[in-house]
Amino acid sequence: MTEPILVAENLTKWFPVKRTLTQITRGERTWVRAVDGVSFSINKGEIFGLVGESGCGKTTTGKLIMKLLDITDGRLHMHGDDVTHIQGARLAKHRREVQMIFQDPYSSMNPRFTVRDVLMEPLEIHKVGQNLQEREVWVREILNEVKLSPPDEFLVRHPHMLSGGQRQRAATARTLMLNPSVIVADEPVSMIDLSTRAEILSMMRQLQRELGLTYVYITHDLSTARYFVDRLAVMYLGKIVEMGPAGVVIDRCLHPYTQALIGAVCEPKSGRVNQIKDVPIKGEIPAATNIPPGCRFHPRCLFSVPECWEEVEPTLVDVGGGHMVACRRHEDIEKRGAAARTSDASLGVRRSSFEA
Amino acid sequence: MAKERVLEVRDLELHYFTRKGVVRAVDKISFDLRQSETLGVVGESGCGKTTMGTALLNMPTPPGRIVGGQILLDGHDVLKLSETEIRRRVRWETISMVFQGAMNCLTPVYTIKKQMKETLRQHREMSRQEMDARMKKYLNLVGLSDDVLRRYPHELSGGMKQRVVIAMALFLEPKVVICDEPTTALDVVVQAQVINLLKDLKDELQVSFIFITHDLSIEAEVSDRIMIMYAGRIAEIGTNEQIYGPQGPAHPYTQRLLAATPRLHEEVAELAFIPGTPPDLVAPPTGCRFHPRCHVVMERCSRDDVGLREIEPDHLVACWRCFND
Repeated sequence: MTEPILVAENLTKWFPVKRTLTQITRGERTWVRAVDGVSFSINKGEIFGLVGESGCGKTTTGKLIMKLLDITDGRLHMHGDDVTHIQGARLAKHRREVQMIFQDPYSSMNPRFTVRDVLMEPLEIHKVGQNLQEREVWVREILNEVKLSPPDEFLVRHPHMLSGGQRQRAATARTLMLNPSVIVADEPVSMIDLSTRAEILSMMRQLQRELGLTYVYITHDLSTARYFVDRLAVMYLGKIVEMGPAGVVIDRCLHPYTQALIGAVCEPKSGRVNQIKDVPIKGEIPAATNIPPGCRFHPRCLFSVPECWEEVEPTLVDVGGGHMVACRRHEDIEKRGAAARTSDASLGVRRSSFEA
Repeated sequence: MAKERVLEVRDLELHYFTRKGVVRAVDKISFDLRQSETLGVVGESGCGKTTMGTALLNMPTPPGRIVGGQILLDGHDVLKLSETEIRRRVRWETISMVFQGAMNCLTPVYTIKKQMKETLRQHREMSRQEMDARMKKYLNLVGLSDDVLRRYPHELSGGMKQRVVIAMALFLEPKVVICDEPTTALDVVVQAQVINLLKDLKDELQVSFIFITHDLSIEAEVSDRIMIMYAGRIAEIGTNEQIYGPQGPAHPYTQRLLAATPRLHEEVAELAFIPGTPPDLVAPPTGCRFHPRCHVVMERCSRDDVGLREIEPDHLVACWRCFND
């Protein structure tokens, strides 16, 4: 049944900021708190979505899972083993288990490599397969898997000879070469045309079913996330503010930030041309070097009350059915939401301000 | 809606002369733009959307060249004017453009003030006070404060840079502003704010926008009329209601594009997609250019060229399925 494959406890990544001379003499340090205490547990065979705006730490979280970056604080468990500070052979093994699809298939592939070279490289690095023939067979098999067939035609091509969709298929094939159990997909379809996006996503989902994969899907696009993921976590400035089954988080969101994100999404429906969109949020995202005290969302929140910045930051609480939210006022917001749904009035939200 | 036409395009043709052959990127396109309306232009990448935008300013990217057609601005053909005249009377004066990735259009080594001033100085004889007043007015209009003028591009966020570029496209008071994917690189919240801004400006300044994007859901929010392009041609033009309304679009391409667009508040088991890729425009398919990828293709589609025809007022489609003859 559902056993957790990847568990993060209070995962933290702080990057040091270059100091000025005065700061060095005073012994001051500043940090970019890219990921600031994130906890989640991903079950085997699940598609877990991380959504948020740029700079919220979703890609850094992905890289921490991959162990491409050192973890500042917290714990990461994989298959029940602690992998927080592993090195050498264990790290190599971890990287075989966890693979990553990058956002831009143009820059994540060596332009001088053919598809064959691209796919052979991980096998050579990890010394998989007895000889060239065996590897070649495996490469062909995977190419068929991602529907780049006939393989012979694609093996000799260079990345620039592939279309965007084909290139992302090749990138997916590369992650599959080492037979991983977890794939971190960082915005895999954001550079691809809308018409082929669904094709790539349904291929990824089919692979997930066939091979029993687990995905961490990182995106800023809530609409594809709703379609693709099982469980969704919304990140803001390095912290998860809301988490739960995708449909529940989107249709019954409780955190004011999630509501703002959802309010901002465009939908292909008529009759909205001259209406101004209601985005219930103020101002712009603060720098991650200077995180506001208390609840980190309070300066932009329309529901904030003095406790929000005077008291400690709210933590994630379960509001039923695995739906978790980190907001002091979630009960008030839920009442208002329920009232709005019954009276069919829109949530009392104001227009977003334009001040910079 | 008998609004005045500000721009009429007739049989516009722009070809790229490459070593592989002639790429017919814009192939006999005709449409018009009315006062203070937003015309959305949608299509996959490589359909000629951006190329068409640059053609309207008569500045095709080499090896491209405009080989035929007319661009009528208040009844005068822009393509007949000399380069100096275009620079003096058309470009930025009546038609301006917000380029794709506009945030990267700003020079990192100059302040915003210096960059904005250069445009003004090229086009207007103005005293320094007048220039300052105008720059401030337009920055405030796009929701930025005056002190942005003193800053360098790296000191601004992506959304703020986008606003600066929109202000620069507006401050010579053009009639038409072409926006090429103005929100693609922005986060959803910032994107919604820029969309709101464009809607406000349309009413306030009485300008017309041509809004180029590949995302049908954004067009639904901003555009009064939508033009769908496929392989250098127009597949369908209709009002917002005709494309997104309950009846749905008429062209199979638009239908499939719309079906491939994910919706936030609907549970869908499987999203549709369009198999294949847009054709190579050196040797486009015969007949209807969409026929190799079409799900309702008929025998005559590959044989006879289909023209754009009106099926109801304001709604033009290029598909044999929609006509009875």
